[in-house]
Amino acid sequence: MTTPSATSHRVWKLGAEIDTDVLAPGHAMKHGIDKIATYCLESVRPEFASQVRPGDVIVAGPHFGIGSSREQAAAVLVKLGVAAVIAPSFSGLYFRNAFNVGLLLLTCPEAERLQEAELVALDTKHLAVISGAGKRLACEPIPDFLLDMVRSGGLMNQLRIRLGKKATQ
Amino acid sequence: MNTPAPAPQTLAQKLIARAAGRSSVSPGDIVTCAVDLAMFHDSSGPRRLKPMLEELGAQIWDKSRVVLVMDHYVPERDDESRRIVRIARDWAREQDLPHVYDSQGICHVVVAQHGHIRPGMFCVGGDSHSPTGGAFGAYMFGIGSTEMLGVVVTGEIWLRVPHTLQMHWRGHLQKGVTAKDMMLHMIGRFGMNGGQYQAVEFAGPAVQALAMQERMTLSNMSAELGAQVGLIAPDEVTAAWLQAAGAPASSLADLDRWQSDAGATMTRHEFDAAALAPFVAAPHSPANADVVGRYSGTPVDVAYIGACTGAKLDDLRAAAEVLRGQRVAPGVRLMVAPASQKDQNAAREEGVLQVLLDAGAELFPTACGACAGYGETMGDNTTVISSTARNFKGRMGSATAQVYLASPYTVAASALRGVITDPREVLA
Repeated sequence: MTTPSATSHRVWKLGAEIDTDVLAPGHAMKHGIDKIATYCLESVRPEFASQVRPGDVIVAGPHFGIGSSREQAAAVLVKLGVAAVIAPSFSGLYFRNAFNVGLLLLTCPEAERLQEAELVALDTKHLAVISGAGKRLACEPIPDFLLDMVRSGGLMNQLRIRLGKKATQ
Repeated sequence: MNTPAPAPQTLAQKLIARAAGRSSVSPGDIVTCAVDLAMFHDSSGPRRLKPMLEELGAQIWDKSRVVLVMDHYVPERDDESRRIVRIARDWAREQDLPHVYDSQGICHVVVAQHGHIRPGMFCVGGDSHSPTGGAFGAYMFGIGSTEMLGVVVTGEIWLRVPHTLQMHWRGHLQKGVTAKDMMLHMIGRFGMNGGQYQAVEFAGPAVQALAMQERMTLSNMSAELGAQVGLIAPDEVTAAWLQAAGAPASSLADLDRWQSDAGATMTRHEFDAAALAPFVAAPHSPANADVVGRYSGTPVDVAYIGACTGAKLDDLRAAAEVLRGQRVAPGVRLMVAPASQKDQNAAREEGVLQVLLDAGAELFPTACGACAGYGETMGDNTTVISSTARNFKGRMGSATAQVYLASPYTVAASALRGVITDPREVLA
């Protein structure tokens, strides 16, 4: 994670109330994360899993991640290389899970101004999204310990360090 | 000498303060809490925790505070589910876990029925319906597997102290109207994230009048309200139920402590129970809820009574009350998956199960089953009325299945007539 990111991130735009069951469908939950990822968003954006590229971001409507506690709904996006999810609001449970698995969530009241396929930049220090036209969209503050968790690659890596093991990607 | 009186605290604040080892906490504070009980199941638990624990070379902080329930992938239907359940069973044996419930029913019901969740406790569960424990005056919420790993290793978890939203229900429910209808009404009004991950507290005479399992339904669906917890202050109903479940008397001695103080800061919403009609949530969101009359006459193919939300003993009794001496409409499939073995056995002993079978019900295992897309799931273009908690697109099986959520009364009345029906017409 760079600060601010000079990298352009391509936007995948989704609607409101994207739930955990479309991110990680129940029928796929018996598998490992590699396989679950191939079904990510299949019922709303069937081309997503095969066409998303590392560094892309998801922009969604309110209440992203409602539903189950299954953290695979966040881990699939890490697996697919999604750099961040940008939405006006998130499910509280999903919010915890995302940071725990190393996925950055940006709570951005104006997220829905961003367009499909737009290239945006992320300011992960001051927490803002910079639109393709250069407009700065402010995001809500995130406690430092959660930002540190994302920078570490998630809670597992932090526990590895705490217990004297080597962190991995 | 007068010491200044402490600021009035909500029930949520009191529960968190105790677990954080503080005299009081304020909304917005970030605190670390000691966990009294960590519950997880075959899907969120050993299959994920075992490899991570082994990689860390770490041990469970306190096995006596861990409860494992096999409920998601049982009975095993294929190689993958056999593998997942085998990991859970082998790990339980290796670790010599003292509290394991294998194929006994759904975790939120089984754990409560064995007296593990008691007033004043601070608990986490590896499942989103963990707020069910709030019905007992415990602070209980759902977390993912990685965060559960953190709890299992350290015995602690962080928390941002929530604001309290009190849902105050005055009056009394009409016959045929239930806790499920109260929840669908509230979720319809506030939306699936209306709880904003704050603490919801259910209160008022209509809540106090509810039996324990109905209270569990309220707290259970706090998840669909987007709250972190759904608390109900414990009273003599709680104590009697827990005593019967085997909770030690000493754990039930201090109930008066676990109430919100008068004057505590909270947002209060008022509801009139007497004016509440049965509610139905149409596809594909629990928030898409309205009075049953709005959907009356919609033909159904399947009536499903299942899940921690809607197949406890009281739910089975409600369905039987509607179906006693009758048969479901031709062409309608009535599926019943009791929430626990204990509830199924009680339903058998009191004749409730026979009433349902005589009405044409097919009995399914006491597990999560079709509610979460496991077991025998819903086919293409099927219209389902279900006593479960969620009707997301594709959740119960096919993405083209149309799932309506309702109380067990409404599900049973709809099975009887073959169309969505106000149960008060049948019970009258």
